[in-house]
Parts: sequence; C-alpha cells; structure tokens
Amino acid sequence: MKTSWIDIYKKFGIFILLAAVFGFFAFAAPNFLSATNVINIIRQCSMFGIVVVGVSMVMIGGGMDLSVGAQMAVDGMLVGYMMVNLKMPIILACIITVAAGCILGAMNGIIAVKLHIAPIIVTLASMLILGGVAYLITGGYPITGMPKAFTPIGQGYVGVIPIPVIIFIIFIIFGWVVMNKTYLGRYIYGLGGNKEAARLAGINVDKLTVLVYTFCGFAASIAALIMVGRTNASQPGAGSSYSFDCMTAACLGGVSIYGGEGKVSGTVVGVLILGMLDNGLVLMSVNSNWQNVIKGLILLAAVAIDCYQGKQKKSA
Amino acid sequence: MSENVILSVKDIVKTYPGVVAIDHVSFDIREGEVHALIGENGAGKSTLIKTLSGAITPNSGTITINGKEYSSMTPKLAKELGIEVIYQEFTLVPGISAAENVFLGEKTSTGVFVNFKERERLTRELFAQLHVDIDASKPVRNLSPACQQIVEIAKAVSRNVKILIMDEPTAPLTVNDVDTLFEIIRNLKKKGVTIIFISHRLEELFIVADRVTVMRDGAYVGTENIADIDRQKLIAMMAGRELKESFPTRRTEIGGEVLRVENLTGNGDRDISFALHKGEILGFAGLVGAGRTELMRVIYGANTLESGKIFLDGKEVHIHSCGDAIKNGIGLIPEDRKNQGVFLRMSIAWNTVINNIRGYSNGVFVDRKKEKAAAEKYQKAFQIKTPTLDQKVGNLSGGNQQKVVLAKTLAANSRIIIFDEPTRGIDVAAKQEIYKLMNQLVSEGKSIIMVSSDMPELLGMSDRIVVIAEGVKTGEVEKQDFNQNYILDLASGGKMKGAI
Repeated sequence: MKTSWIDIYKKFGIFILLAAVFGFFAFAAPNFLSATNVINIIRQCSMFGIVVVGVSMVMIGGGMDLSVGAQMAVDGMLVGYMMVNLKMPIILACIITVAAGCILGAMNGIIAVKLHIAPIIVTLASMLILGGVAYLITGGYPITGMPKAFTPIGQGYVGVIPIPVIIFIIFIIFGWVVMNKTYLGRYIYGLGGNKEAARLAGINVDKLTVLVYTFCGFAASIAALIMVGRTNASQPGAGSSYSFDCMTAACLGGVSIYGGEGKVSGTVVGVLILGMLDNGLVLMSVNSNWQNVIKGLILLAAVAIDCYQGKQKKSA
Repeated sequence: MSENVILSVKDIVKTYPGVVAIDHVSFDIREGEVHALIGENGAGKSTLIKTLSGAITPNSGTITINGKEYSSMTPKLAKELGIEVIYQEFTLVPGISAAENVFLGEKTSTGVFVNFKERERLTRELFAQLHVDIDASKPVRNLSPACQQIVEIAKAVSRNVKILIMDEPTAPLTVNDVDTLFEIIRNLKKKGVTIIFISHRLEELFIVADRVTVMRDGAYVGTENIADIDRQKLIAMMAGRELKESFPTRRTEIGGEVLRVENLTGNGDRDISFALHKGEILGFAGLVGAGRTELMRVIYGANTLESGKIFLDGKEVHIHSCGDAIKNGIGLIPEDRKNQGVFLRMSIAWNTVINNIRGYSNGVFVDRKKEKAAAEKYQKAFQIKTPTLDQKVGNLSGGNQQKVVLAKTLAANSRIIIFDEPTRGIDVAAKQEIYKLMNQLVSEGKSIIMVSSDMPELLGMSDRIVVIAEGVKTGEVEKQDFNQNYILDLASGGKMKGAI
C-alpha cells in the first residue's frame, strides 16, 4: 500500500497540530508570544516533559504507568520531609529521593512481571497506594520552607535558560539516543511490538520491563525535585493529574497504546501542545473546566487516529 | 452433485491502492459440489472469498446466487443466503464452551435466560450428525485445533449453511485429523451443502474435491474436473510454468554429533533422548499436539527443562533462556511465524539483526553499517523480494517472511537450526526455495531439526525421523526404512487411536 493520508498524518500530523495550536494562540491569546511567556511555557513543560519521556518509554515497551503522579507526590513529600523535618543535607536527601523513585518504579515492573498482572492494574493499584502514602507522611499537611540552596533546581537559571529546561533537554537527548541509537532501544521496541517474539529473540523481557519502569520512576523523582524546588513546598496532592496528562501527551505524540510504536520527538511535541494549551487557555481566561474538556477532546482525537490506523492495517 | 449452478461470480474486480487483488474473475460453483480454490500466496483466493462473505466490496462485477444477481454482498445478506465462511483464524471465544460458541448470538429458547442444557443437547446432536465425539461443555480453549475447527463447522451447520467456504481448513491439522475433516465434508455434501475450500496441499484435492479452480496473480486461470487433471498439471497452472514439485537432492557428508538430548522431561514431554549430527536434517514426526513444538521450546530455552541433559559437541550445557540458546548457536524458526518469528511492524533490517543485536553494536550503540551489510547479505543470499530493506516485514508475503526469520537466526551465528513447520502457509514455489536453503545450510556444515506435519516434506527432506506421540518418543526411523504408514503408526502411539 502506498502512503495514504493517514500515514502522512501519522508522520507530520502532530507537527500540523502543534503549528495550529501555536498559530491560534499567537493570534487569539494576549501576550502569548512575549519572551517571558514563551520561557514560561517551556519551563512549565519541562517538569511535565521529563515524566513524559519516562512514561513514553514504558508505553513503547508495551506497558502503562498510571502511578507516576502519585510517585511524584511521594517523592516530593519524601525530599521535603528529609530536608525540613529531618534537617538532612540537601544532596543526601536528593540522592535518597531519587533512589526511592527508582525503587517505586521498579516495584511496578517487578509486580507486573512476577505476578503476571496487567500493568494498568498494577499501576492503578500503586497509584492508589502511593496517593494515600503521600498524605500519610505528614498527615496531609504540606511541608514548606525548603533550604535556600535547594530551590534553584526549580527556580534557577543558567544564563537565560531555566534549569528545569536544561534537565528536560538532557532527558530528551538521553531518551532519543537510547531509543534510536542503542540496542536497548531496539529491545524496548521489540518488547512492546511483540513480547513473545522478543523473548524468543533472546531478550530478557522480564529484566527489561523492570528496567523501563525503573527509568520511569527515576524520571518521576527528578520531576518531583523540580516541583518541590519551584513551589518551595511539598504538597501531598501535587502531581495527581500527571498520570493522565502524561498519557495524553504520549498518545498525542504518536505513541501507540498497544506498544511498539512511537518516537521521543513526537512525545516532546505532544508535551509542547499540552503546555501551550494550558498556558494559552489561561491567558484567554478560559474556565479551567473548559480546559479539561478541550484536553479530553484532543486526546480522543489522537487515540481515534491510532485506532483508525489499526483498522486500516487489518483490512489491507 | 447436480449441474445446477448455485453461485457464480462474474467479472469481479477488487483493487487496493497500487495492487489489483482480483482481476476480472468469473467462474461457477455447482450445487452440492466440493470445489477447491487453489493458487500461490497472493493469488487472490482469500480476497475472493471475502467478497463472497460480504467482508469486502468489489469494485465491479456481479455475484449470482440461486439465479439472483447481486453487485456486492453484505455479511448479513450472505448469512441469509446460507453462506458461511470458516477463516484460518477461528472466530471462537476461547473461554466459553463449545455449545455456547455454536449458538453464540442465537436464541435457542424463549425468555431472557440462556438454557445451557438445551444448547449442549443441540450441539451434541450437531456433533452426532457430523459423526464426531467432542465434549460440548468443554471450553473451546481446551480443545485441539482440529476440534475447534469442527466446532466452527457445527456453528455453520446450525445456521442452515448452504454454501460452506473454508480457508485452508487442513493447514493446522495432522494427517489423521484431515481424514476426519474429509469425512465431515463428504457428509455435508451428502446433505446437499456446497463446499468451497482453499488449500495448499494438492494431494488433498484428489481425495475430496470434485472440481478445482486455479487462480494466479489475482486472475482466473481455469476450472477443471479433478478426474481430468493431475498434480503436475495443477502445479503448472498455478505457477504458469512447468514446475517440477519434488525435493531437491543433496549430497552432504554427515559428520559427528553436535547435539545430544538425554532423558529430557519438561513442558509436557517425558524422557526424550536423541542425537543430531553435523550436516544432518533430523525430522520430527507426530500428530499436532504430540509435544514436538513443546520439546523444541525446551531445547531453545523458551520453556523450563525439568530434568534431563543437553549436550553440545559432547559438553553439557545449561540453557535457561532463549538468550542462552542463541549464544550456544541454537536457532529456532517458530511454528507461529507472525506472532513469534518476526516483528511485523519493524523493518527487514531491524528484524535481521535483533537476535544478535549486541554483535551488531559498538558498545551500546547499534552499528547501522554492519546492520545494513548483514541485511543486504541475507536479502541477496535468500532472494528476499522487497523494494527496500526498510520495508516492514508485515508487508511481505509468507515465504519472504519465513526467509527473514531464517536470516534473523543465521545472523546470530546459529549452527543448529530448529525449523518448526518451515513451510506452513507458504506457496509451492517459495516452499522449493526454503528446501533449497535448508540443503544449502547443511552443506555449509550446519545441522537442522525439522518439525513438520507435512508427510511428503518429512520423507523428502529428512535424513532420519524421530517420532513423538503424546509427549514420548515412540520411534526413530533411518532413511532406508522411511515408510509413511509405519511412521503414521508410530505417531499415533502404535495403537491407532481414534482420529481425534
């Protein structure tokens, strides 16, 4: 079959959508194009985008992670508690938090692999558990007053570029290199594309699954550090909408919900689209409930295209 | 069989972008006949039956059924006219009983509740009509492919089928199961059901078919009475050239022992021992479900070895994963090519190197040049027909996909290659190519284990045949003693149990 419009859309559609959203807000939203606002959008995107890189790797590998938001809340509470309540050194607190993040991610993978439970169920359960744990740490109270030396991770700049943006760019490059240049990336696409074929190709699918979820947990913990640094507080309810926003961005960016397909570049565009929507709709003073309606419709459209293509393939 | 034409297609054309799948095909089906539809892969047989079932709409042409002309079918209309299709992939629900499957979506009793007892009774009646003995209350998941197929047939019969269309019904069956199926076909024919079936196994046509229609490259080639034609002529019609279907001869020195399996138990097999020599093709015969695939999966590390030993070149090896097997030079060409053998959404080059991707990497980075070189090498060696190596494997024909699986295995430096049903679902010409490749491999000093349910293939290609029945080895036959009946006898455990 020759390239049909759906293939063309699959290739460029996300960029068309990005341009359309950008064009719309540039025209309709006041101050959308101002330098401070552009920097602001990119900074808002960064924390979120870091998690999306992790989530999209999980999804390309045929998994799903609904628990990233709750993981971030726990990671954030943990780092705040250690620095403020326990007065631990910043570096040590950060290292422990990142290690804890990796462990939380790994747990998702290990449970999915060992107990043969579908990832959506495992991470749904861990979303509930960790969501509760985040509140249990302080009994629901936020932790405020982070050490001065800590906040730059969320608020600082190198030159004109915010530090979170730099970290996001490092994640993008790392994700792109892993997925496109290394054999590990091949393994992840293989795992998501066809797990049994991957196993017969000599890939240790269980270990790889755990590794991918671990990386996702790692990404969530880094994002949690940025979140706490930026707001100067650990909120137990923070990040609760992240899991679904991350999936929205990944699906928008062309990651197949069935695994095996998707590109890091696409998910970055997905992140930018959601970031611009969040920002632009606020500038236009659109009611926040309407924002959700619009995000939902856009996700629906993205998944519809994913499914439509699947149908095309079957009949061909 | 009467001379009454029950179904006729006229000038049917179906095009997909860039491809003419069916090109002005016309032919008649007579009432109550068994009509075989043959042709190489991609000849348009499946597309044609999909137009009959209403699954696809042709661009032009007409379908006439019982004298009434239609420009296209819909699934509903086809059902009303008594056309039922059994596709290669069964449309059964695995978790529910045979009886529930037969009457799925039908009302068998009044009221809102399902009367399971009644359904089971009706299903048992249907099975009795077909002269088979299957437990109607058993979940379909626990039935063999042969029994599942019979459930499909029973489903069609329950809906008062007039024209039953079967797409390669014998492909998943063993010799004994095929006999049962043919018995059923004959029974249905006696009841006046018209049967159209697609097959790749030519010998079957001579047993069960009345007439045969040959298609090639989407076009109609001809319809013949089976009594008036022989195998060679059919092959010539299919291929459009005189193609001698035979097994290429080889002269290979059989060397020392490379693989020895001692008292292997695991994955349903018990206490199996055998040896494989350098340059040898060792055939494995048995009924479907006898445990041959299961045995190969244990050797390949895909399932757990419970007890027993595996030796390579006289040294014991411990294979705990497929990765271990690959490192030890063992390759598996799985039975289920599409689901286990290849990554359909990935390119040829991607697939070629995946089994040994680290061998094609510098550190963690994949070496694209090495990858390309390997893919080109195997594409050339195996004549994989594709415009580019970036083509997705899902877009290749079955034969070419099989070559990719072989390339993938060899690119990982395998010296012992296990072929599980190497030519299933592959057309005649591509089969020959696979046989030649197998011969070439053994002449290069590699060793082959071939699991096959195709008896001529086993007899024609193997140097020795091991027979497995119900998880145990029941015999080993040397080339000079090859005899179809003897091997069949061993395969059914020597007891000649019922067909199913």
